[in-house]
Amino acid sequence: MTNAAAFSGGYVANLGPSEEGYLLPAVDEESVFFWEGTRLGELRIQKCSSCGKLRHPPRPMCPSCHSTERGWTRVGTTGTIWSFVVPHPPLLQPYSDRAPYNVVLVTLDEHPTIRFIGNLVDGPEGELDEVDPTTIRIGEPVEAVFKRFRRVDGSEEFLPFWVRRS
Amino acid sequence: MSPAVGFQDATAIAGIAQTPFAKHLEPSEAELACRVIVDACADAGIEPSEIDALCSYTMEATEEVDIARNVGCGEITFFSQIGYGGGAGCGVVGHAALAVASGQAEVAVAWRSRKRGSGPRPWTSTSVQLRVPGAWTRPFGLLRPVDEIAMLTRRYMHEYGATREHLANVAMAVRKHANMNPAAFMHDRPMSHDDYMNARWVSEPLCLFDNCLETDGALACVVVSAERARDLRHPPVYVHAFAQGLPPQHQTMVNFFNDDPLTGPAWACARRLWANAAFGPKDVHVAQIYDAFTPLILLSLEGYGFCERGEAAGFTENGNLEWGRGSLPVNTAGGGLSEAYVHGFNLINEGVRQLRGTSTAQVEEAETCLVTSGEGVPTSALLLRR
Repeated sequence: MTNAAAFSGGYVANLGPSEEGYLLPAVDEESVFFWEGTRLGELRIQKCSSCGKLRHPPRPMCPSCHSTERGWTRVGTTGTIWSFVVPHPPLLQPYSDRAPYNVVLVTLDEHPTIRFIGNLVDGPEGELDEVDPTTIRIGEPVEAVFKRFRRVDGSEEFLPFWVRRS
Repeated sequence: MSPAVGFQDATAIAGIAQTPFAKHLEPSEAELACRVIVDACADAGIEPSEIDALCSYTMEATEEVDIARNVGCGEITFFSQIGYGGGAGCGVVGHAALAVASGQAEVAVAWRSRKRGSGPRPWTSTSVQLRVPGAWTRPFGLLRPVDEIAMLTRRYMHEYGATREHLANVAMAVRKHANMNPAAFMHDRPMSHDDYMNARWVSEPLCLFDNCLETDGALACVVVSAERARDLRHPPVYVHAFAQGLPPQHQTMVNFFNDDPLTGPAWACARRLWANAAFGPKDVHVAQIYDAFTPLILLSLEGYGFCERGEAAGFTENGNLEWGRGSLPVNTAGGGLSEAYVHGFNLINEGVRQLRGTSTAQVEEAETCLVTSGEGVPTSALLLRR
């Protein structure tokens, strides 16, 4: 974990779980642009300011051209389910209260090697367990929605969840 | 790729030892580590005062200074630790062999002592794991190693037509070997096909019996030069080749962010391993493949070249991984699934027993053994021969 810390830079926010107890991301200097984007309903991917290649998760150096000049670009929010799992207890609270629930791995349609872990839900207020896991299929088209979580200190984070595209 | 220079068969594992394996052992990890290191030295016929190299895992709680003070080492001139949990085991022994082969040390000890059976589950820690990459996975309930590997497993099944039957083949083969091994935690517990299919889910598509045990235990081995090993108590088990593997754009356990997530560290490790070896996968008589989860054996069979991509499921059919039946008996003491889960170190000791001819599921005339460490994390592997 020490390595991860070194590559995360300073923390912008690491203020604990949501009011319900869900784990929330530690927002660091590398990823703050992403979490600012989700507040606005945008998916943003880190982009090398020198060679233009995208990379995710965000990190200090472009592995292609070694530039540390980094920006981001807004990308399309449509994707495809690449895989999914259905966790059962033992799990942490409050996840165990929702189990069995789904976790999906989504590839972005515009950038098929950029992938996100998330949950398939019916809408932006969705809960982890509201979609029947037996109905989920690899290859299903999905679209990002952004669910609001309130941290115990009152601050908010918006996490990308996924709904089916009809 | 050019082979490693001067390493092949230059060193040998001369001593091994292990504690009992249990859900709970009374002694501390430190006491277990010290005991097992002294026992491994006794197995080799070497005094602990001769130890001059110590190699272990970054996750190992017993440190070199404590080991050296307790077991009465002399001057230690080489010490190293390898990260990434279950990916480290073969690397730890490999570093011990490198130290001896290069002349940095003469008697190298590698060990792992862990009370994972009675201690906390690492994934229950929520403080530090929300950085990279946990920030991108854990908030969504992908909390445990089993969830992370289940994600790759579902995709593997989708791509290649593998089914739970193939995972059952793995679990049942390894359990059968544990049933032959009195030291195995599951020695008295046979597993039927129905047992497997009816087991509770842990993270679909993986059930309870796709998961390794939770064990208290410790193991160690002693590495010396091949020349010295020939004068010791047991027939030498030569370290023929060794490799580590960390492929491009890899992310530990959540290897979802590269071009091809189903080819993990095993592939990188295997390329170096076979380049360093004088023989290939077809010449391997028995294999000890890291099995924190059954699908890791499928991925490793492909990565180390026992079959082509997508063919590992078929490779498990007709008892092909079983002692007495198959072309490649795997995890002949019961592995992490059914003997003990001590970050894969029990696979190393079983590899040594196979080449000494003392396994409880002895493969006749076994002259070569592949031992691998965790797939899905930066990994390592050893080719042993007698």
